[in-house]
Amino acid sequence: MHLAVGDPALPEHGELSVALIELDHVSKEFVVHTKAGRVRRTRRAVPAVTDVSLTVEAGEVVGYIGPNGAGKSTTIKMLTGILVPSAGTIRVAGLDPQRRRRELAARIGVVFGQRTQLWWDLPLRDSFALLRHIYQVPAARHAENLGRFVELLDLGAFLDTPVRQLSLGQRMRGELTAALLHDPSVVYLDEPTIGLDVVSRQRVREFLAEVNREEGVTVLLTTHDLDDVEQLSTRLVVIDDGRVIHDGTVDEVKARYVEHRTLVVDLEAPGPSVRVQGAEVVKVEGTRQWLRFHPADLSAPELIARVVALVAVRDLTIEEPDIEDVVTRIYTRERATDDVARPGEVA
Amino acid sequence: MRRVPFSASIYVRLVGARVRADWQYRTSFVLLTCSQFLITFLDFLAIAVVFTQVPALAGWSFSQVAFLYGTTAVSFMLCDVFVSEVELAERHVRLGTFDQFLLRPAGPLLQLCAHEFALRRAGKLLQALVVLAIAIATVPVEWTVAKALMTAVTVTAGAVIFSAISVAASCIAFWFVGTQEVANSFTYGGNFASQYPLDVYGVWLRRILVIVPIAFVNYLPATWILDQPDAIGLPGWAAFVSPLVAAMSAAAAACTWRSAIRHYRSTGS
Repeated sequence: MHLAVGDPALPEHGELSVALIELDHVSKEFVVHTKAGRVRRTRRAVPAVTDVSLTVEAGEVVGYIGPNGAGKSTTIKMLTGILVPSAGTIRVAGLDPQRRRRELAARIGVVFGQRTQLWWDLPLRDSFALLRHIYQVPAARHAENLGRFVELLDLGAFLDTPVRQLSLGQRMRGELTAALLHDPSVVYLDEPTIGLDVVSRQRVREFLAEVNREEGVTVLLTTHDLDDVEQLSTRLVVIDDGRVIHDGTVDEVKARYVEHRTLVVDLEAPGPSVRVQGAEVVKVEGTRQWLRFHPADLSAPELIARVVALVAVRDLTIEEPDIEDVVTRIYTRERATDDVARPGEVA
Repeated sequence: MRRVPFSASIYVRLVGARVRADWQYRTSFVLLTCSQFLITFLDFLAIAVVFTQVPALAGWSFSQVAFLYGTTAVSFMLCDVFVSEVELAERHVRLGTFDQFLLRPAGPLLQLCAHEFALRRAGKLLQALVVLAIAIATVPVEWTVAKALMTAVTVTAGAVIFSAISVAASCIAFWFVGTQEVANSFTYGGNFASQYPLDVYGVWLRRILVIVPIAFVNYLPATWILDQPDAIGLPGWAAFVSPLVAAMSAAAAACTWRSAIRHYRSTGS
């Protein structure tokens, strides 16, 4: 499922040609002290993000993925102005996040999946009211937005429940609302579906798709759940070891990194592994067999013809490459052999 | 360009939220307030015990020392309720929750102070006010409007000085995580030192207390209010400069805070 991207909202400042988010050769390194002897410590610069260049247009949905410690959170923190890059320049809506952090804060929304920005001991409703004052949203606009989010995310049942008593899924819906109530033009989501059950995940995705489509909110999300990316993003940026190792559509990624596909065959009766030239059986389960083949060597119709000629078949399906496998492949292929210590995810 | 002004209304609302949150645990809140009220009296009792043995301490009578105790305690507890929980900046930095203050269009110090507003320490503040009221009623002073005003100004300036020390000391956490005790030694140490007339300390300690600037919290103004000689030997106007010292301390603390935030943003740890 690929979601259409609606009318992109343009940056308020009217710089029409300027992309909403621009990273130009951005690097960030942290200084780490390691013990050397009893008192002496040696300083060592550990790169967290290395030479990342990235442009995001208004209205895009970008999935930003990478293993733990790849530099995803560091990038988001630099985009929000919490962290200052060691080198390179960043512009968000034409502003330098480092210098104009507070001004920019009013125009962005952030969700860190593992932290909360809600008031733990107060009803969810109170957090929204407090945020309205912090962001100085006019009361009417606030009421309108809140009404819409309550409906979209089905918050009504627990608006008056203290945040600490909410389930993770409910809380995440609250966090999303909190991040979007002030009509930001960009929302950064750092692992928004972490720990959620299938239903909650789906709801979060649908909501994000909706605000992107209807409001043109630009979405940049990091995740480990590749279904998020597959369902939400038109664009996938893969980062590892602080470097962008791939930037393109999800389909491009698959085309580039998947060498083989799988044909699933349901036989009329259990039998020995089907022996076909150009394909190998990788798994057998009762009457079902999985045949792996390389589309470059053998086309799918050709393979099907060969299988049907050989055995009695009840059903056939071609399995789309699992994006999870794709990404694993990207990581393992692109990762350099040197196994240098990485800085922590958050660092 | 959208200006985001310092907003007292945001502060008031955030404090309100904090108080409502504390009120969720009202039994613990009430017990804590009462126990702190009583426990801090033990603190004062220690001073009273000293005076059962001696009629005066370096020329200061019991009621005069009670006045010193009362003024510094009110200042310190005001700081404790409103500001001193900035020492929790260390915890926020360590847990990474400090980020939330930087992600909003309001000042991080304002948000931190409001977030950690400690109404539960009101018990201590109440005790301090009781001691100060008794001291004011019993010191051998002819109260004039000027002296009453001076007392109020002293307490306020003292609260600002303690707050400035508290904020500045908390900034250490941004460079060296795990240093909350260092911050405490400045604030609690200063509070303890100023419960007694500085006459009882050695010359060097007195000088240090002028620089820190704990001497301006209560001792110097009190010498004028109570007509006591100044053991440090500063000129007479030194009794009146506490508000100026407080303003300077606040400015210095604000600068330290700003550079701490800058440091945080470039290290992120």
